[in-house]
Amino acid sequence: MSFVWTVAEQHEGRLKAVSFELLSRGRALADKLDTKLASLVIGAGVGQPGLRELIQRGADEVYHVADARLAHFVCETWSNILADLVRHYRPVVVLAAATSLGRTLMPHLAVKVHAGLTADCTELDIEPGSDNLLQTRPAIGGNIMATIKTPDHRPQMATVRPRSSVVLPRDPERLGRIIEVPVAEQLFESRVVVHGCRADVEDFVNLEEAEVVVAGGKGLKKGDNFALLRELAAELGAMVGASRDAVDRGWIGYPHQIGLSGKTISPRLYIAAGISGSIQHLAGIKTAETIVSINKDPDAPLHNVADFGIVGDLFDVVPELTRRLRRSKAVAS
Amino acid sequence: MTIIVPIKQVPETSNVRMDPETGTMIRAGAATVVNPLDLYAIETALRLREAHGGSVTVLSMGPPAALKAVKEAIAMGCDDGLLLSDRVFAGADTWATSYTLAAAVRRLGAFDLIVAGERATDGDTAQVGPGLAAWLDVPLATYVARIDTVADGRLSVQRLTEEGYQQLTLQLPALITVVKEIAAVRLPTLRGKKRARLSEVPVLTAADLDVDRACLGLRGSPTKVVRIERPKVARGGEMVSVNGQQGVTAAVDALLEFLRSRGLLEEVSS
Ligand SMILES: Cc1cc2nc3c(=O)[nH]c(=O)nc-3n(C[C@H](O)[C@H](O)[C@H](O)COP(=O)(O)OP(=O)(O)OC[C@H]3O[C@@H](n4cnc5c(N)ncnc54)[C@H](O)[C@@H]3O)c2cc1C
Repeated sequence: MSFVWTVAEQHEGRLKAVSFELLSRGRALADKLDTKLASLVIGAGVGQPGLRELIQRGADEVYHVADARLAHFVCETWSNILADLVRHYRPVVVLAAATSLGRTLMPHLAVKVHAGLTADCTELDIEPGSDNLLQTRPAIGGNIMATIKTPDHRPQMATVRPRSSVVLPRDPERLGRIIEVPVAEQLFESRVVVHGCRADVEDFVNLEEAEVVVAGGKGLKKGDNFALLRELAAELGAMVGASRDAVDRGWIGYPHQIGLSGKTISPRLYIAAGISGSIQHLAGIKTAETIVSINKDPDAPLHNVADFGIVGDLFDVVPELTRRLRRSKAVAS
Repeated sequence: MTIIVPIKQVPETSNVRMDPETGTMIRAGAATVVNPLDLYAIETALRLREAHGGSVTVLSMGPPAALKAVKEAIAMGCDDGLLLSDRVFAGADTWATSYTLAAAVRRLGAFDLIVAGERATDGDTAQVGPGLAAWLDVPLATYVARIDTVADGRLSVQRLTEEGYQQLTLQLPALITVVKEIAAVRLPTLRGKKRARLSEVPVLTAADLDVDRACLGLRGSPTKVVRIERPKVARGGEMVSVNGQQGVTAAVDALLEFLRSRGLLEEVSS
């Protein structure tokens, strides 16, 4: 049938934003290939409104694989289910999110179905004439952009960075088919048992999905000073991130670390205070839409990549910024 | 426990600086290191051996010079190493790499656990670990931040996901990839360095492995690189300097104005 597929992601029955982002990528490709777009939902608890929303935001078909035992992601089970579906329906393109789920599932699946896979794409296009998928991704810490294709294997698989695509507006008139797909018993992986998800961890952050991130580095001088950033973050509706030096000093937990050995993020707004902007740190923020740097050193490398830089002492600038945001809110309300 | 750690030799990035004009890395003398994220895998394996006994074997695929990376791992405390080096392996994508590594693991014999780094700092795909688990058909847990227990042929771990720490138990043999949070990495000891110098690391070629040559290297790779571009990193941003308290107010004014112009602040009058 040669459709374009996207792998939707859900958490506790709610479809994640990235599921809709993938649809706008998939829609553009399906239109260029003059084919249909299908979205796959594996899991438990996504109701009809969620499935319909996938159609209203671009899908022509939704394959819904629902079973209470699919509440938690188990790579082998997901990969077994998808491999079966891929062999049966023969999609030309399969897109998933470059998340902890997508980056685990897709390489596993690629081996099972002998497909080519490109990680963490920021651009996708169709090559005129050949109809090959052109997949562009940053490599070597974002210092080069490589364009990759898979001429001789199908499907062509890619993971796409979360927050790198604009969601299509919801069209309540759009129609499509929702297909309930049964799961064969032998596809369940019995060697893995998931006990649950611990999110009660003190101060856990989902930085990858944050619209605004405020991050601090060694320039904060001590852990307690992260309070300054938390206050600013509260005004901006932001999450708090950190450089490795701040994490390694025990000022804040590892889930906050941004960069080569931490998280890669693409928020709409990234504000760094007291972070120099080492090549390893920059690797994690290159795809941020707007970068603001607050650093007293005019030559800090982060100032070079910033859209707006303040050369000044963060202990003056950050509290003032917080105060001003607070005040303007008070005036408005 | 019989543990295998696949490692990769990568260009050193810690000393490189950026060329502000071209946005490329200035590679000081093209020095190479063990992929820094693999060090956490080595450390994890060594700690498991210390707690449960057994052995740690490092496995690498690369040019002959990658022997240096294998020896560094031995200097850290790994028992032995194996290098896969053959011109036909060159240019392998993650599919072909995991295929080749799987053949080498099979040749090494029975194992309990494979511990891999989260991803390599050069390719940055995080695909080889999961691919290897698929080839070997063993349970997989990626982004492991903590090992809770090893008992009765089972491994209980916590993997870092966007929503929190997923807790799961895998039947051994299994494969995990680990993140930095799992452990602080040890340095090689003098004794280890000496042992590494004296150790014989076997170098295998394709002929030594049970592989289909059509699946190796560039030829066996489904993905092909068609173009490399070097994006400019400088965004040519606005810059304001703070002088005195008045300067702070002015700088924050300018920033707020900038954020508003980009639609990044809820519209409120100030
Ligand atoms: C393999 C490897 C992986 C790595 N992974 C990561 C990673 O994932 N993430 C990461 O961040 N780093 C990573 N690093 C570390 C990286 O090289 C840097 O050491 C680190 O990013 C520096 O952190 P920093 O900017 O907080 O500290 P510094 O580089 O020390 O910068 C502190 C900055 O604060 C400024 N400052 C000080 N006081 C003030 C003040 N009062 N007001 C304003 N500014 C002030 C200074 O001018 C300076 O620019 C990695 C390194 C290696 C080798």
